[in-house]
Amino acid sequence: MQKNAYFRSLTIPLLLLLPQLAITVVFFYWPASQAVWQSFLLEDAFGTSTQFVWFENYQSLFADPGYFKALRNTAVFSTFVCVFSLSIALLFAVMADRQIRGAEIYKTLLIWPYAVAPAIAGVLWIFMFDPSLGMLARGLQSLGIAWNPRLNGNDAMTLVILAATWKQISYNFLFFLAGLQSIPKSVIEAAVIDGARPMRRFWTIIFPLLSPTTFFLLVVNIVYVFFDTFGIIDTVTGGGPAGATETLVYKVYSDGKGGSNLGGSAAQSVILLVMVIAMTAVQFRFIERKVNY
Amino acid sequence: MAQVTLSSVKKVYAGGVEAVKGVSFDIPDGGFCVLVGPSGCGKSTLLRMVAGLETISSGEVSISGRVVNQIEPADRDIAMVFQNYALYPHMSVYDNMAYGLRNRGTPKDEIEKRVKEAARILAIEGLLERRPRQLSGGQRQRVAMGRAIVRKPQVFLFDEPLSNLDAKLRVQMRVEIKKLQRALGVTAIYVTHDQVEAMTLSDKLVVMNGGQVEQIGVPAEVYRKPASRFVATFIGSPPMNLLPAAIDGPGIVALGDALLEARDLKQNLASGTKVEVGLRPEDIEIASEGQAGALPFDVEFIEELGATQLFHGKLAGQPFVMQAATGDVAAEARRLWISVDPDRVHVFDAQSGIRLGRE
Repeated sequence: MQKNAYFRSLTIPLLLLLPQLAITVVFFYWPASQAVWQSFLLEDAFGTSTQFVWFENYQSLFADPGYFKALRNTAVFSTFVCVFSLSIALLFAVMADRQIRGAEIYKTLLIWPYAVAPAIAGVLWIFMFDPSLGMLARGLQSLGIAWNPRLNGNDAMTLVILAATWKQISYNFLFFLAGLQSIPKSVIEAAVIDGARPMRRFWTIIFPLLSPTTFFLLVVNIVYVFFDTFGIIDTVTGGGPAGATETLVYKVYSDGKGGSNLGGSAAQSVILLVMVIAMTAVQFRFIERKVNY
Repeated sequence: MAQVTLSSVKKVYAGGVEAVKGVSFDIPDGGFCVLVGPSGCGKSTLLRMVAGLETISSGEVSISGRVVNQIEPADRDIAMVFQNYALYPHMSVYDNMAYGLRNRGTPKDEIEKRVKEAARILAIEGLLERRPRQLSGGQRQRVAMGRAIVRKPQVFLFDEPLSNLDAKLRVQMRVEIKKLQRALGVTAIYVTHDQVEAMTLSDKLVVMNGGQVEQIGVPAEVYRKPASRFVATFIGSPPMNLLPAAIDGPGIVALGDALLEARDLKQNLASGTKVEVGLRPEDIEIASEGQAGALPFDVEFIEELGATQLFHGKLAGQPFVMQAATGDVAAEARRLWISVDPDRVHVFDAQSGIRLGRE
């Protein structure tokens, strides 16, 4: 039996697909292929001559300790941001799910940070934690903690992690809340009658039932940390001090724009492209298989 | 000994809505009590208060003589079967049944013994490794029952457990639930809006309407002597005919021009008192024209039910339904003369709808 409606000719389906294809080609395939092409080229500092060098850009990239440092920074940065933003958002969502009165206000307020542009979010955190102006920085200093993200790499990393986490909590919160609300109430009640106390109920029933949401968010968060945190890093630390907060995507920018190493920068973005394709592929595979039980 | 006692149980929601308006009854040990009523009558709320899933606004619920108002659901020694089964979707059938025992720290070999035993009783031994989504509706229902019986609770609570099943399976599961409850001897409270389920399952039937109990009794009694107009029309299928009438004398009601004898009728009612007469479609007998007490019934159309036929038409100018075994009455008949056993004539107060029976 034919289940799906279908078109007899190809013209209409192609016409319907055209806008989407056009957008994908113009904004994705074309720049991506440019990047791939660029990654095989070597250009001199003044842009006067260009030479095709095969994989030389990639070779010099893998010989560069700065690249591995950026890789390590990215790993640290993304691990902390994902763990913090997911767990805090989950905690908030569980609270919001329980609360009945004023829940709407609570939810609305929690969603706001998501609407703040990354650069603005960065500026907010600079103000709060600026070693000479920031209220919170002063607080830390008065506690005897030597806080200076301008000089101390770890402090700078902490600061960008905080800012990036803060901004992502809203998004995760929304998804977790929707996930919690889609768990049938009777399943929770059955667990109550089955004698599961709240903590046990959470870990044996609610958390496993949320796992599709958690997994989806994990991938989305990794992609967020890899790419969308550029604005935060640029405003808060500019990758410094001494490259302590330079992530992979920031290095693409600083090498290409600041270092005028267009070929190397393109090679890095090609590697990032491969990474994100891999992550998305993993996500699709899992969503198809595991997510519906 | 698990006797369940409810005394003046009330549920008032924030905002002042009274869902349950003071309900009292008790269920003896091993009894099967069915709460039946239309949706919104408070039957589920009442069950959930016994379970501990809703707080009790006032009154007391006690199980085996222990007041459980302030006791957690887990500690009330009850098990509940939900309408949508509420199985844990991420656990195997085995784990679904074992979950409650594990939470209580039952030793592993004991859990295995009990789960295997329950699976054997319910004939789901082959499904223990499966996930709920791989099961049919009937199988899920069995797992939900299994989850209840492994715990060996004092009371089973059923919240419309069969309403998600198709008609055939429903009849089958109904019989199985009854058998199982008998075999285990566990007190049961069962909520349904289906009067057939209510009649067949219960030894104690509680008919509810608008947050109040309309009648409590054994099913046969509720059927034979409905305490109110509401119960009369709710229990029995097709529903009882109700006709406006007036008292004519002791034990006699006037239906328009015709007179009808009613044996269970309150004495000393003034002549002319407005009442409603209830006649069950299945209690109608065919009489002959001119026979004493025969009423004229004008047939308009006939519904075929296979073994029986429903004759729709007018009696004393009011819509009326009569049931007869197929072939007993000529299908082309336009006017029939009917009579009713005086023991099967129900009379209700026209205003309050309360049965006007002998004390």
